[in-house]
Amino acid sequence: MDVDSSQQRMAAYMRDHQDKVVGRWSEIVVAGLRGRSSVAEVRRELEDLYSLVVRAMSGADEQVAGELTAVLTELSGSRARNGFTPRETALGVFALKDAVFELVADVADLAPEYLAFSRMIDDLGLLTFETYAAAREQIIADQATAMLELSTPVIRLWDGVIAVPLVGALDSARTQLVMEKLLETLVATGADHAVLDITGVSTVDTEVAQHLLKTVSAARLLGAECIVSGIRPQVAQTIVSLGIEFGDIATKATLADALAHVLNRRGQRIGQQRPGQQRTEPQKPGPA
Amino acid sequence: MDRVPILKIGTTLFVSIQIDLQDESVVRLQEDLADELAATGARGVIIDITAVEIVDSFIGRMLAMIGSISRLFDAETVLVGMRPAVAITLTELGLSLRGVRTALNAEKGLELLNGRA
Amino acid sequence: MDELPIRTGDDVVRVRQQVRVVAAKTGLSLVDQTKVVTAASELARNALVHGGGGLARVEVVTSALGKSGVRIGFTDEGPGIADVDLALTDGWSSGVGLGLGLSGARRLVDEFELTSKPGTGTSVVVVKWSR
Repeated sequence: MDVDSSQQRMAAYMRDHQDKVVGRWSEIVVAGLRGRSSVAEVRRELEDLYSLVVRAMSGADEQVAGELTAVLTELSGSRARNGFTPRETALGVFALKDAVFELVADVADLAPEYLAFSRMIDDLGLLTFETYAAAREQIIADQATAMLELSTPVIRLWDGVIAVPLVGALDSARTQLVMEKLLETLVATGADHAVLDITGVSTVDTEVAQHLLKTVSAARLLGAECIVSGIRPQVAQTIVSLGIEFGDIATKATLADALAHVLNRRGQRIGQQRPGQQRTEPQKPGPA
Repeated sequence: MDRVPILKIGTTLFVSIQIDLQDESVVRLQEDLADELAATGARGVIIDITAVEIVDSFIGRMLAMIGSISRLFDAETVLVGMRPAVAITLTELGLSLRGVRTALNAEKGLELLNGRA
Repeated sequence: MDELPIRTGDDVVRVRQQVRVVAAKTGLSLVDQTKVVTAASELARNALVHGGGGLARVEVVTSALGKSGVRIGFTDEGPGIADVDLALTDGWSSGVGLGLGLSGARRLVDEFELTSKPGTGTSVVVVKWSR
């Protein structure tokens, strides 16, 4: 936002007639807000802004741009919180042009300065819009993050085995989160196997396969082997037709198959208890 | 230049990297390990990187090379204690370190080594 | 802004440490800190090994929307890169690409700008934003 320092004459005028102009400005703004605010309330907000604008026009100092941004951001935020639309807030800022025009309309040679002033006010009004948009963006981003967290559980399936049911789209954002949670859980549980279940993954294409491979690669660096389960028939066909290679990563149709596979690798077994028999604990592999 | 100490316990060489190593030190470690393997006939090497916060492509490749060098001496290397953040970063860099075995900690690393016939 | 010379292997370590300090200040997550420090390590080493030495500039930056991030610029007066496209070849699965670690570093950061011409050295500027 450019602060034009060449409007000294107008700045002087505006300073001398501050009371009158701010009063007029407040009236115009209140009229536009259709009774949702009083002149006194609005005037309090605008007094500060007016002084900063005059300072900026006098070419006073370098701080003023920063202060203007801060005050406008605050104004934009407070108006939004009180239920005003960004258009109403911006129009309120633009209304200063009308109030000032009434003041200087008959003064000779102020046209160039007025134009520069007008452009500056346009910038300030647009700034309130940008601040509003940025605040909304942040809310959306925060909600997206919260949703992502909710939909990425990591489950302790068995001694030494964890499972990660993946649901929905597996994009890079989710993959990052999956990797982080998976690895942290590996460290926390000391697991050496992880089952990535993709039953709930809507589309499995080359990109998704890459994400899976990345996750497996990361888990391997922590000494854990991964199995991909939940391969549906159509998904199997897509994978083959796309030429995706899972290499030495074991893949299974169901989570149950994957669990059986892992237990087998670990030398463990879940068996049927026959009546009268002692229940046996799963055997751990040979002496460490 | 800092030299990483190599401990020998039984038939296993232990290396614990505690500090932010500069390239020369990693190269030196590789040389020292090769010397030790030749001199002692050790069957296993455990490299503990629990304290290492950054592994970039150079250090990653050096670790992979240590794995290959050990194999030439018929020894197995296990890299243990990699931090999740490091693993994710290495994966993003495209380094899978396929030639080196890995485990969560030194204890599990030893289990792996002793599991060998 | 911190200016760090890159003349020795120890300097590369110093760059890592300084970037780590600044990244922590900007509120980057642990994984993101690790990524940007690793990228800085790659680029500092490049400047040293391929560029014959150079300079790193580390600073905190703020986006228009108020997010903070860390920006690091690397410059060297080395021979420059003849084929920038080749140097940036994405070698994720094969692990190759002129061995310059550039494509890897690029994946670790949010913004990546490389300027290089044979004879005029290389400049790389990277930015990682907090979320």
